[in-house]
Amino acid sequence: MTAMVKAEGVHKSFGAVEVLKGIDLEVKQGEVFCLIGPSGSGKSTFLRCINHLEKINAGRLYVDGELVGYRQKGDKLYELKDSEVALKRRDIGMVFQRFNLFPHMTAVENVMEAPVQVKGMSRGQARDRARALLERVGLADKAGNYPSQLSGGQQQRVAIARALAMDPKLMLFDEPTSALDPELVGDVLDVMRDLAESGMTMVVVTHEMGFAREVGDSLVFMDDGVVVESGNPRDVLTDPQHDRTKAFLSKVL
Amino acid sequence: MTVDIDKTAGGPAGTPPTPPEAIKAIPVRHYGRYVSAVVAIALLAAVVYAFSQGKINWGAIPDYFFDDRVLTGMGKTLLITVLAMLIGVVGGILLAVMRLSKNPVTSSIAWFYIWFFRGTPVLVQLVVWFNLGLVFEYINLGPFYRDEWSDFMTPFLTALLGLGLNEAAYMAEICRAGLLAVDEGQTEAAHALGMSHTKTLRRIVVPQAMRVIVPPTGNEVINMLKTTSLVSVVQYAELFRVAQDIGQTSGAPAEMLFLAAAWYLLLTSVFSVGQYYLERYYARGSSRSLPPTPMQKIRANLFSLSNRSSTTGGAA
Repeated sequence: MTAMVKAEGVHKSFGAVEVLKGIDLEVKQGEVFCLIGPSGSGKSTFLRCINHLEKINAGRLYVDGELVGYRQKGDKLYELKDSEVALKRRDIGMVFQRFNLFPHMTAVENVMEAPVQVKGMSRGQARDRARALLERVGLADKAGNYPSQLSGGQQQRVAIARALAMDPKLMLFDEPTSALDPELVGDVLDVMRDLAESGMTMVVVTHEMGFAREVGDSLVFMDDGVVVESGNPRDVLTDPQHDRTKAFLSKVL
Repeated sequence: MTVDIDKTAGGPAGTPPTPPEAIKAIPVRHYGRYVSAVVAIALLAAVVYAFSQGKINWGAIPDYFFDDRVLTGMGKTLLITVLAMLIGVVGGILLAVMRLSKNPVTSSIAWFYIWFFRGTPVLVQLVVWFNLGLVFEYINLGPFYRDEWSDFMTPFLTALLGLGLNEAAYMAEICRAGLLAVDEGQTEAAHALGMSHTKTLRRIVVPQAMRVIVPPTGNEVINMLKTTSLVSVVQYAELFRVAQDIGQTSGAPAEMLFLAAAWYLLLTSVFSVGQYYLERYYARGSSRSLPPTPMQKIRANLFSLSNRSSTTGGAA
């Protein structure tokens, strides 16, 4: 099994604040990789580094064997052009905490947008695919609705469909259920569970310990910019080894 | 929109639910409003009376209102307004994007442009354009075009460039505010999908920025329509200049100024209506239902008057 994501000593600072202090981890192909930890621990920042929404300051980050944001020639690193970064992002889907659907487009137009604009797919073909994807996330009847006419859970499912429309080989989830009413969380998790079963490689920043335990293949507990503990989610969540992990889990479980 | 709640009161089946008895109360009396209305009407009447008694030949205004020269002048005013605004809007968006660009060269150029064109009076700019022949004796575009500046820079072109380039500087600031008002998450989402910077701007950011840009732009259009009267100084025969000319030859100068004012007021009123519908268009998706158009409001009011019992539902 090759690693889909590989981090070696990843550092990231915002000004004087060091958010990531050397992250080493490996996400295998086809696995559901959960990142948990208190807010401010750097888990979302790390996720955003994977598709180069944030630039890392030190270390190396690989996606599918290729360096993120740079090209290596000999022992020199060359920064990638914006267009090259965009090309790599096509293969990485991302789902945001605040959905970030395009409010001036209907659900189906949101899902069609990237295939048409980025891949040059015909509108008719893109529309058919978009409808199929919306059906997959259980929103076939909401295709013509604008995001403001959808509930949070429905918006997040459209956002997942939108990311899937690009046929990504890796999906990043940045606290996908944190902005949802408790009763809407289940629908979104169901879609994610479905996606996991289909073999998608997923990196999930989450506070849903139940999801991590049931669906997760690996789990990392981060605190203060470092990986404190990692392993099988069922082991880590039921029998944490570090005091910090124990303290965190005792509060959220 | 599919809603599960049945809003149709009194369907064919079942008994119509009896609505609760409406509150009957004596409304608050606003005596101050009556008094202020009377005062305002009295003042208006006094002003109208004063003007009617003045040495103004009011009869001359309707005589010339649809005069061919006036209509041609009005047409030119509209033409300059539309074309100068077109230059202004396109230039403004371009400058705003340049200004927000990561590239220090383009952002500096945009900054300098805005600094210069916003910092000098448009009247001065107009006259300078007209007289730029002092600097550039000839305009020479190689094999395509070559002419003396004074022949090249016609009153029309002076008016267009002078107003348009000045407007671009103002529109740039309006557009910049609009672009900054769009949530950063939108750009991130588009980038995460692999969209390029240009595509993200064109497809995602600018359409949403329009909602913020359109209202002040409508203001700018109305302003522009009135500012076109300045180009009379560079010999362009627009509405104001025509009115002045007719005034001098017909011996009714003041009357023709009132005529011009009436035309400007009429045109700005028409533009205001257009602005309302444009704002409505760009509001789509931002709120659950669009605000009704004036016609829809009137229709709804008529409907509610003729059929009080079943007003709600339907149009919503």
